[in-house]
Amino acid sequence: MSTPITARELSRRVRRRKRLSAAGALLYILPAAVIIIAFRLVPILAAFTFSFFEIKMGALVGFVGLGHYLKLVQDPTFWKSLSTTLWFVVGTVPPAIFVSLFFALLLNQRIKALGLYRTVYFMPVVTSMVAVAVIWKWILEPEIGILNFLLAKLHLGQPGWLGDSRGIFQLAAAKMGMSLPRWAGGPSLALVSLAIVNTWKGLGYNIVIFLAGLQNIPQQQYEAARIDGAGPWQLFRYVTWPILSPTTFYVFIMSTIVSFQTFSLVYLMTSPPGGPEDTTKVLVYYLFDKGFTPPASLGRASAVALVLFVIILTLTLVQRRLAERRVHY
Amino acid sequence: MAGSTRARRLLGRGGIHVLLIVAGLSMVMPFLWMVSTSFRSTLEITKDPYRFSPEVLSPGYGAAGTPSAGESRSVGRVFANYVEAWQSAPFGRYFFNTVFVALSCVVGVVITSALAAYAFARLRFKGRDAVFMLFLSMMMVPEPVYLVPSFIIIARLHWLDTYYALIIPWIAKVFSIFLLRQHFKTIPQDLFDAATIDGATRFSILWRIVMPLSKAILVTIVLFTIIGSWNSFLWPLVMTHSPEMRPIQIGLAAFSQEEGTEYGLMMAATCLSVLPLLIMYFFAQKQIIASLASTGLKE
Repeated sequence: MSTPITARELSRRVRRRKRLSAAGALLYILPAAVIIIAFRLVPILAAFTFSFFEIKMGALVGFVGLGHYLKLVQDPTFWKSLSTTLWFVVGTVPPAIFVSLFFALLLNQRIKALGLYRTVYFMPVVTSMVAVAVIWKWILEPEIGILNFLLAKLHLGQPGWLGDSRGIFQLAAAKMGMSLPRWAGGPSLALVSLAIVNTWKGLGYNIVIFLAGLQNIPQQQYEAARIDGAGPWQLFRYVTWPILSPTTFYVFIMSTIVSFQTFSLVYLMTSPPGGPEDTTKVLVYYLFDKGFTPPASLGRASAVALVLFVIILTLTLVQRRLAERRVHY
Repeated sequence: MAGSTRARRLLGRGGIHVLLIVAGLSMVMPFLWMVSTSFRSTLEITKDPYRFSPEVLSPGYGAAGTPSAGESRSVGRVFANYVEAWQSAPFGRYFFNTVFVALSCVVGVVITSALAAYAFARLRFKGRDAVFMLFLSMMMVPEPVYLVPSFIIIARLHWLDTYYALIIPWIAKVFSIFLLRQHFKTIPQDLFDAATIDGATRFSILWRIVMPLSKAILVTIVLFTIIGSWNSFLWPLVMTHSPEMRPIQIGLAAFSQEEGTEYGLMMAATCLSVLPLLIMYFFAQKQIIASLASTGLKE
């Protein structure tokens, strides 16, 4: 026979049960939490801390306040790497959006062999950056590369691609017999070559994202517009483009974030890395240089990391905010 | 009238396919060019860099009056670049490292993600959502940001140039936890109640009921963990320095720096490095593309 228990005893038991279950639940989270704390949270906080300290042999040896940041601001190489990165972003993101949207629209015309096209376009996405870099270095070889051979056949000249440090505006002006001042030369042809390769690699990914967005547009919208007498361009301009805008924005922010972090292409394709004449030294390359090439300054590298973090955080937050509001049309 | 619209339609269709095929060729040609070059000798490339069909594969190979007169087409000769590349760098070791690291990461990610996602989705405890948000916020931080401190941590643990450095930090993935949690939340509570009444423990519910119901998501996670691990570059570049510990990507990069102008050799090595993943891709491409389209997941 069980003894009746008091309300107080009952609530005590319930609380105990709950506490046990909470402890049990923590066990489930523990493995992931240990890794994420040790190899994400701690390093992130450490990067923040390091950027205010002098570091020798992996130990903090002295507080320098904003010293690293001040040195950073005074370092012309830093500013140059920032502007190189921006040029790279400009050279990658808009082409990536327009080219991939164009092909996604074509693929969305209920065509045959859609799966085959998609499979082919996606191949470079699953291929490693290293393989892509090695293959394209061979294709872009100025002397014996296949691309310049084809261009020669079409009488389109023999660009130096990855080896050419001259700005593309400068090159274009030279074609017309003009000369531009150095500051107006624009991004180097080498950087543009990297942007082209980068766009090529990511095209399939963006196409797939756009295609998913396009397939979500309700057919009734098109039918209604057609009844109102809209032509193909008007259908695109007043139905597709506005409804697709969250997808476009997503692709825009994502490609911007990824392009800001470009490193491996520069490291692998240019020689010396970051060249010619430092015209392809992007921000993460600068960070890598400061962090791991003697004489390394881990503090300075951390300051660069924080700058990168702030840029990307801002972009992410803008994306989140606008995605939440869902103002698209 | 109707006929001419149909004709125009057909033309339009044709035009679309022409554009799509041109784009497709620009995607495939670099790969084919790699394969073609990988079968050509350095001498052959220097003589005629632009020929597409490798001599060794052409019908007239070994015929009298050609540079290859008297040669016989053996497997060893056809794959000469592959054999030489394989022998001049420890590619076997590189592959082993990559496969070992990728598989370890897969096992780790699946276990840690399933456990954590289950707790976040189905168990109640204080601070659950706060912890989950903290995890999610980690996703916003790009790899270069935590690279320098990670290097110091790995060095302090004496893990530099070991498998630990390549595996342990990557056996938990916030995005996998997130995906699984979202999926676990859609499983009806009745199922859990029924299992609990039948006396199932929490762990056996996860293992015997929830996991089998999540196969599709788990496959997605496995595929993307493999792709991410196979193709990762910056991390292993910083964390390893001896050839014995290099994964294939770092090995290939080093090889291309050493053999810079031996294009035949380099293309053979590159071919080898992309082959396993491309094979996996062709078998699982529907799954990979579909899950990518629905989640925006990349590597």
